Amino acid sequence: MRLDFANAGKAASQFRAALRDLGIPPEVIRRVAIAAYEAEMNVVLYARRGIMELSVTPREINLRVVDEGQGIPDISLAMQEGYSTASDEIREMGFGAGMGLPNIQKNADQFEIHSVVGQGTTLEIKVRL
Amino acid sequence: MQEYFHSVRTVPERCAGRMACMRACPTHAIRVRQGKAVILEERCIDCGECARACPNKAIVPQTSSFTDFSRFRYMIALPSPVLYGQFRRDVLPGAILNALKRIGFDDACDVASASEAASIAIEEYLKDYRGPYPLLSPFCPVVVRLIQARYPDLVDLLPPIESPMEIAAREIRYRKMKELGLERDEIGVIYLTPCAAKMVAIRYPPRKKVSHIDGAIAIADIYPLLRAAIAETDNQGSEGEEPVRGIGLGWPVVGEQSAHLRAESCLAVAGLADVERILNEIETGKLGDVQYVECHGCAQGCCGGPLTVDNPYVARSKILNLVARFGNTPSQDRAKVRELYHRGYFSLPGKIAARPFPPLDKDIPRAIEKKRRVQDLLRTLPRIDCGACGAPTCLDFAEDVIQEASRLEDCLVLAARGLLACGERGEVVREDRS
Repeated sequence: MRLDFANAGKAASQFRAALRDLGIPPEVIRRVAIAAYEAEMNVVLYARRGIMELSVTPREINLRVVDEGQGIPDISLAMQEGYSTASDEIREMGFGAGMGLPNIQKNADQFEIHSVVGQGTTLEIKVRL
Repeated sequence: MQEYFHSVRTVPERCAGRMACMRACPTHAIRVRQGKAVILEERCIDCGECARACPNKAIVPQTSSFTDFSRFRYMIALPSPVLYGQFRRDVLPGAILNALKRIGFDDACDVASASEAASIAIEEYLKDYRGPYPLLSPFCPVVVRLIQARYPDLVDLLPPIESPMEIAAREIRYRKMKELGLERDEIGVIYLTPCAAKMVAIRYPPRKKVSHIDGAIAIADIYPLLRAAIAETDNQGSEGEEPVRGIGLGWPVVGEQSAHLRAESCLAVAGLADVERILNEIETGKLGDVQYVECHGCAQGCCGGPLTVDNPYVARSKILNLVARFGNTPSQDRAKVRELYHRGYFSLPGKIAARPFPPLDKDIPRAIEKKRRVQDLLRTLPRIDCGACGAPTCLDFAEDVIQEASRLEDCLVLAARGLLACGERGEVVREDRS
């Protein structure tokens, strides 16, 4: 599988720009952007493809990430800091340190994962304004 | 909030509405309305790309001319070291400082040695600094404004260190006040600048109330006079011991500021598009293993400033020549500068405030509603960013329409489609043939 590092981070940047246009407070933008970036990296590293959707209401920001990929067998294990299934190739590039999902958890007000091994993973991330 | 003072101004009488400026502007701050370029003040970051691009010289930098300073009894020229790279290779900095005194300045003071002092001050700051990393060089006013506007999270990465021009100006001003027994406002300290953005840094220094500099003259404006003076005196001052020296000579060249910094890891980036790419990475938490990032708004650093004369690549090679010849001899006593640093001599007070571009609406629910309408409208637009409507992209146009600053009829592509549709029904075509 070819890893598309050249474009990794673009979606998160676009979300950041869109939230700025709306006048969302910088601290909230920062949290959404970090969560979005980590989720985007997970799609790039572990999935064939994925779709990220940002919706904004006056009260909250919802980020939904649906990917088609290998899925996560044990979610509670994956949520532990430092736990990673990344290949050596990924680690050599400075990714796969096992901080992605914990980092999303830290920045979200609500965070849900659904995953089916061999099919894919869905993340629902909520950040309140 | 501080008003927007800008370093460029449009001259409507000269503007032919050819949109070169609008396409060149990196922050989409220009619209062409009723055939004339208009700068959206709150979105302009003073990079000067519009003035560079204009074929009619209808966007002029707001620098001063010599006569604006006649109120001063004593005038000191403070040339950006960029000036040293604008003449023939055998004309050395000492001769250029001499020539400045011949064309009407009472004195001329080198800034390169202040750059060396700033470099040492940054080193000292880095020693005690414990993160977050990387720090961003605070010396290009355009980059500082870009960070204030688009990267509000990163403003605290700009170290509170005085710029070389301020360090030099303060030192020479107080020395001359003492020597000549003059008052502060009797001495004019005038920066010779490669860009108009420095005017903004002088008028509104981001961390303090007043600059030590009284104004700026464009290098391009003073160049002809200087060239003549150097020729007249037969390049006098280029023989004998060269008074200007030290690593500060290299500051106008991309990479030279960080190259001489005694820090573990630095990188240098230039040109706004590339600066933004690096800032995007820093914003997502990357590059934490880099201590210091040297940032220049202009692709060739200050050598490529909009108000310079010589080709930036040629100027760069001449500056590097000077660094090779005179860069190794320090212009500063390192121990003394360190001591001054620890007494706060180079430190600036306060924080740099974020100054984001205005959102679609101050009220978030209303901004969300507008964003939705912008997205809906954008889907119906051609999205080829032709610019004929007077906005640089279809997205900007959609926002302008929703904000009622433009009308949908201004989209020529939609208008042409409308005409063709009429033609298919036979209405327009028949008229044409009759």
